[in-house]
Amino acid sequence: MTEKCLIKTIKVDPDKCIGCRACELACSAFHAKPRYSSANPARSRIRVVFDELNDIYFPIRSVAYTPAECAGRHAYVLQGKEYPECAFCGNICPSRDYFYEPDSKLPLKCDMCESTPELEEPVCVAVCRVNALTYEVREEEVAAGEEGPDELEIGLEALADEYGLDKVLDAVARIAGKG
Amino acid sequence: MRYAETGFRLEVDLTRGSIQKVPTEPSWTEMFLGGQGTAAKILWDRVGPEVQAFDPENLLIFTAGLLVGTPVPGANRTVVNTISPQTGLYAHSIFGAFFGPELKHAGYDQIVFRGKAPDLVYLWIHNDKVELRDATHLRGKGAQETARLIREELGVPEAQVAAIGLAGENRVYMATIEHSSASASRGVGAVMGDKRLKAIAVRGTQDLQLAKPEEIFRLSLDMFKAISENPFTGDIMAHEDDEEFHVDNFAWGNARKRIKGFWNKEREERWKKISESVRLRWTGCYNCPKDCHQAIKVPGHETYFQKCYSKLTYAMAAYKEIDFNYQILAKTQAYGLDGFSTPQVLAFAVELYEAGILTDEDLPGFPEDNGDRFFYLLEKIVRREGVGDALANGVYHAARQIGRGAEKYDHNTMKKFEQVPLKLKMINFPYFLMYATGEKMNITQIEGSYPQVPIADKKEREEFVKRWEAAPERFKKWYLEWEPRTHPPLEAAVHICDWNETMHYIDDAIGMCAFLSSFRGQFGGQPPYHIYNLPKFIAAAAGIELTPQELWNLARRNRNLIRAINVRRGLRRKDEKPPEDHWQIRDPEKEQKVLSDYYTFKGWTQDGIPTIGTLEKLGLADVAEDLVRRGILSEDDREPVFQDVSA
Repeated sequence: MTEKCLIKTIKVDPDKCIGCRACELACSAFHAKPRYSSANPARSRIRVVFDELNDIYFPIRSVAYTPAECAGRHAYVLQGKEYPECAFCGNICPSRDYFYEPDSKLPLKCDMCESTPELEEPVCVAVCRVNALTYEVREEEVAAGEEGPDELEIGLEALADEYGLDKVLDAVARIAGKG
Repeated sequence: MRYAETGFRLEVDLTRGSIQKVPTEPSWTEMFLGGQGTAAKILWDRVGPEVQAFDPENLLIFTAGLLVGTPVPGANRTVVNTISPQTGLYAHSIFGAFFGPELKHAGYDQIVFRGKAPDLVYLWIHNDKVELRDATHLRGKGAQETARLIREELGVPEAQVAAIGLAGENRVYMATIEHSSASASRGVGAVMGDKRLKAIAVRGTQDLQLAKPEEIFRLSLDMFKAISENPFTGDIMAHEDDEEFHVDNFAWGNARKRIKGFWNKEREERWKKISESVRLRWTGCYNCPKDCHQAIKVPGHETYFQKCYSKLTYAMAAYKEIDFNYQILAKTQAYGLDGFSTPQVLAFAVELYEAGILTDEDLPGFPEDNGDRFFYLLEKIVRREGVGDALANGVYHAARQIGRGAEKYDHNTMKKFEQVPLKLKMINFPYFLMYATGEKMNITQIEGSYPQVPIADKKEREEFVKRWEAAPERFKKWYLEWEPRTHPPLEAAVHICDWNETMHYIDDAIGMCAFLSSFRGQFGGQPPYHIYNLPKFIAAAAGIELTPQELWNLARRNRNLIRAINVRRGLRRKDEKPPEDHWQIRDPEKEQKVLSDYYTFKGWTQDGIPTIGTLEKLGLADVAEDLVRRGILSEDDREPVFQDVSA
């Protein structure tokens, strides 16, 4: 079984990035609740990996939550430039501080700014005036199935990783009981 | 509820090693907005005229401007204020990039340092956790290297670091504080070094409250787009390969001579190739779409950032080409040295040698080549070795320490501070006033709203004025009537100086980049920010409702408070004069007339002191009382009171 699906892509051209971090600011504001109530790059779902002395300016967005680090790390050397470990990886992973809500420590996941009414393009792309980030949508046939987990689901998963699934289930049941 | 600001500052006593988190006075924000304004208030209250720059009682104050950390594009400036060892007066410096926003998100608007640490330390701020850490292992490290090492040892790659290099450690008066692609110049690094503070590292993850979040976002997104599309914003000249404006108009050597015809197509091509070969990329500051800084990699040196006219200052001072400039910047950026004043000190020393005032005894093994000489002198200065010890105090003091007629070669300082190496033909009255009365020591921090020259064609001038939203009405009339190579009326000169400096006083309080605002109107007349639209940004972000008129008067208050600090330290009319040879053709009578007019307009005595009436009208009665108590003002000095102008 396959079905038609819109594939949304943010293309990253790190050579064009000027390191202004407007993408981080816009993302955090758009996802604040209520919307725009805060502008805080620490809450952003896109981060510019910076290493000024090695000329690394690399925007990455958070894609998937993982409770454990990979076995081993990736380090890339491209055209003579060595990128920091995991520079290209968008996983929300304990090996680094990115993409955790600074107060709750819950994971923050990029949702391509899905909202109603729909935006023309994600806000990070909209503010990137140097076109380091560009947006593309195309239609593809993909295997039918469920969509990936949303932020609520990965949040629960992270809580389960932290406290154990049973405790989380108990807590949810208690809350449901109160309701 | 406090908006746009956190409402807290850090008080760090380096002698005792104590750190306090202190709630700030909301009424100060209303009166001075923030940034340079609140720093001036603290300097006025706590640093008396008896305190010298290197006394432990001197304060070193870092302040993120009011709008820093909000979504307002380009509001990313941190202001550094202290008492300058070079001038003995108020020191003003400002730097961009990322430090200010990070400080705000850590929960602080300002850091006030007092005392002196027993040995090198650095301050580490991670939200509520603030500590002084040993920095003796960073002694002698370059500024950029220091930032890297601190991030590594903290294990926090996101930490923003402001650091001094060897020049600051050795209290060289030209020492800067370096941060990312930015640096704080005009000597504040010397005070940081005197306090034995090697660096400040900050990481902040907290929210900042905004008065009208949705409105400020809408305004900011529109502005972000407008800035990126506005060809008159940012550091336009930095991107140009055609350097004719600077190389043909500015003076070479120790601000000595203009070389007409130096610039040609062949040189442009060659310089362009050199620039491209060392440039890693163009970079920007926090939340601004303009890319005004070059990241430069010269083989064998740490990556550094080049900004502004420092692309040429060393080359021109040494009569060299641009490759020399990139080479020497690699060293001076690591040492942490001001790219405006340092080249002049080096060129001054070369002149003294050529005049036989400095000899081979002073400079053993002094090389033949001018470029090599600069490298040689640099090492002496940053280590304060031999004659380098005097040179490290800047041209004015070095000339007097060296003696033997060296004073004669100090021809381009004002208020003991090196000025931009410009030597021009005909006196220009607005510029005369800006130079003479400026509190910020560098013309680039004062000029900028009113065009430097008129458009020759009257029709085009009319078109220009039609689009000139930034200008209060009176300037439109003066500009329309301004024919090339004529003086504007003296009344206009007073107002032009007033408008230009007022816009800087606003930017330096809110933390706005001058390249988007106060400096940017003079070319093209289309600065994205101006007196008429800034109030709505301040209101939506900070919840402070001001009319353009009220904002203008607030800047006036800050200007007078800073004036009062300097007056209390001895600044008077006699000090208010540009370098003698800045213009070939002078008009002493008219110069003094326009200076008197300016004082009257400002509500100052004929000695340049704000009167009781002026200070009281600005809500600074306590300042007036202090000046009276000290005998600087008498009870009768109530008039003139400043003239109200419409914004």
